[in-house]
Amino acid sequence: MTAYLLRRLLSLWLSLVAASLVIFLVMEAVPGDPASFMMGINADPQAVAALRLQLGLDESLPLRYLGWVAGLLQGDFGVSYTYRVPVSELIAERVMISLPLTLYALALSTLIAFPAGILAASRRNSAADLSVMGATQLGVAIPNFWFAMILVLIFAINLRWFSAGGFPGWDAGFWTAIKALTLPAIALALPQASILARVMRSSLIDTLDEDFMRTARAKGLSRSQALWRHALRNALIPVLTILGLQFSFLLAGGIIIENVFYLPGLGRLVFQAITQRDLIVVRSVVILLVFAVIVVTFLVDLAYAAADPRLRRHRR
Amino acid sequence: MTKNPIAAAAVSILALGLALGVTPATAAGMDATIGMQLEPPNLDPTGGAAAAIDEVVYANVFEGLTRFGPDGAILPALAESWEISEDGLTYTFKLHSGVTFHDGSGFDAEDVKFSLDRARGDESTNAQKALFADIASVDVVDPTTVKITLSKPNGSFLFNLAWGDAVIVAPESADGNAANPVGTGPFKFAEWVKGDRVDLERYPDYWGAAVKLDHVTFKFISDPTAAFAAMMAGDLDAFPGYPAPENLVQFEADPRFSVIIGSSEGETILGMNNKKPPLDNILVRQAIAHAIDRQAIIDGAMFGYGTPIGTHFAPHNPAYVDLTAQSAYDPEQSKALLAEAGVSDLTLSLKLPPPSYARRGGEIIAAQLREVGITAEITNVEWAQWLDDVFKAKNFDLTIVSHTEPMDIDIYGRDDYYFQYGDPDFKAIMADLDQATDPAKRTELMQAAQTKIADDYVNAYLFQLARTGVADAKLKGLWLNSPTQANDMTGVHWEE
Repeated sequence: MTAYLLRRLLSLWLSLVAASLVIFLVMEAVPGDPASFMMGINADPQAVAALRLQLGLDESLPLRYLGWVAGLLQGDFGVSYTYRVPVSELIAERVMISLPLTLYALALSTLIAFPAGILAASRRNSAADLSVMGATQLGVAIPNFWFAMILVLIFAINLRWFSAGGFPGWDAGFWTAIKALTLPAIALALPQASILARVMRSSLIDTLDEDFMRTARAKGLSRSQALWRHALRNALIPVLTILGLQFSFLLAGGIIIENVFYLPGLGRLVFQAITQRDLIVVRSVVILLVFAVIVVTFLVDLAYAAADPRLRRHRR
Repeated sequence: MTKNPIAAAAVSILALGLALGVTPATAAGMDATIGMQLEPPNLDPTGGAAAAIDEVVYANVFEGLTRFGPDGAILPALAESWEISEDGLTYTFKLHSGVTFHDGSGFDAEDVKFSLDRARGDESTNAQKALFADIASVDVVDPTTVKITLSKPNGSFLFNLAWGDAVIVAPESADGNAANPVGTGPFKFAEWVKGDRVDLERYPDYWGAAVKLDHVTFKFISDPTAAFAAMMAGDLDAFPGYPAPENLVQFEADPRFSVIIGSSEGETILGMNNKKPPLDNILVRQAIAHAIDRQAIIDGAMFGYGTPIGTHFAPHNPAYVDLTAQSAYDPEQSKALLAEAGVSDLTLSLKLPPPSYARRGGEIIAAQLREVGITAEITNVEWAQWLDDVFKAKNFDLTIVSHTEPMDIDIYGRDDYYFQYGDPDFKAIMADLDQATDPAKRTELMQAAQTKIADDYVNAYLFQLARTGVADAKLKGLWLNSPTQANDMTGVHWEE
């Protein structure tokens, strides 16, 4: 297990170094000078030059890359060109919204998907199965931004139960903040739950057809006893993979939902930074997301190993 | 935490109520939440060009010696009066006394000297540094008197001082203004939740007339659909630069709202690359101008909001000349002009920045140009890319952009400006305008300038951008027009 861990950690580290180089070079290739963007079309050329100097944009490419990486290693992400505050501060503020939103959506999605998937699998071809399959088909097909707008229309504009969007901040109180995240979390969770429920169902059905399940039944376990004791754990592997993917997807990909609900999350930060050519922010958030994806994949791998000892043995 | 079980129960019930959506009634109508489409990158109007900076802080947090009134007139602000010498070279400003900055420090002539010298200095990152180019020296006469000497007369000097880029800052706080603005205005900065909102609160020691609002929150909502939802759900009290004109009819029909349609300083033009063949031929430019049906663009792209223009000048300005007839929609004449120029099968690039006036307008213009035999190849670009590719590298034939700076006809006198006009006769008119202080003479020169660029068909002039806003029907005092990009909250109040 230790060698396995070390190997995984090394590849994690190499991925990060490669990612940082690619991200930096791609950002450099993007057209658009941050300084002239900030100063606008009537700006004095002298003032633009002064700003470029102030932002350190005149230094050579390798020097700027090394400067950035050296900063990253010390936890210093640099200073945002547009906001002129430390990038780490900006990211920290945004993560405080995006991370809880992601976890909220994942929790909702799991809470919906597990029972629905188990129900559908255990009563294959029954009315319950058909309705779960129908509902999830719809859930996958409906674009989440459209669903989000419907939620706003019903619960914010007509019923006035929720704000149409925005985030009051965690200082406003836990429930107030959670309330503001509820509609976005539902909008994010619905398609995820649908996918997850379908994976759960098919994975369970596959497992139920395996030989060891027949053995379990032959030993006298009832269908549902066999399902809970033996099948579920084995069916979890593909579900975990999907959950891991969903976490990364939601963390970075909530941008459309963040726009619909004008939540100041990580996705919107990157989007805004790209249009404003705040390249230092884009670079730093992207490398952080890469890091998150790599770490989550790593954790999912560990979870596999925990769920299925065979995987551990194979890799040793 | 709390020892009182009843209080604890009350807190829980309140929390539960909030969770279920029962919001307690807000204290009083002394606050206003204003929607804005773009978030300012920082809050220092002297260190960046973003219009969103002025939209938050202009007249609210920061003040200059003079200021724009709602109708565009130049009014006194920190200077209560001024005298101009006979030769137009010396301006002596009398300052208000008893003025303080929000950090409690006093305001006097030294601060004026500091601010103007900083703005025009070598290391200045003031985007409108050119506004101060004619200043030879700034001298403190006494704490409430400041004398500014110009190197040559400048008829627009009082106007220049009204810009957001010319606000007065204090040496103690100037460097921190980007994140923590300290001005002399009626509102002081309270909090900035990045990506979400900026909160201002009333400054109790304000030198001028007290404002009616206790708090103003500027909330940033870039998505037009989200802006609609936020207004409808009552999360916002007003959205002065409302981004989706298509929804305005719906707001008009709803008695909860008032719709505010005013004029802006935004001249929307089809910019042409005057140095690139065949656009260096005036006949071709004239042909393009005649191929365009302005009203069709206003109706199709702006849902009817906008005023047709025939030159680069705001129709609400008293010196405006209506030259739309000179480039009236006439496809036949357009074809004749192209034939006369000996141009056929013309293909031109049309580069469009993100705003809807450009993206939607561009499609319509491409269709109109096709009618006269010109193919416009549309490329959509982001702003940063537009700045690099179109504005700096001049790598374009046609582009659509709204020039939103007030009184910016002087850009036609700049040699290297993206449409590459820089005509010597036009520059002479601008030089004369700089020298002139007599209002009648100035009007005459401004009109000559408008006519000159219309005669030369420098660009095809489309329309003046309307300022479309939505507000709670009880919220009064918002600006109708936008003579500069500002959300001046000093006169805003609630009415029962």
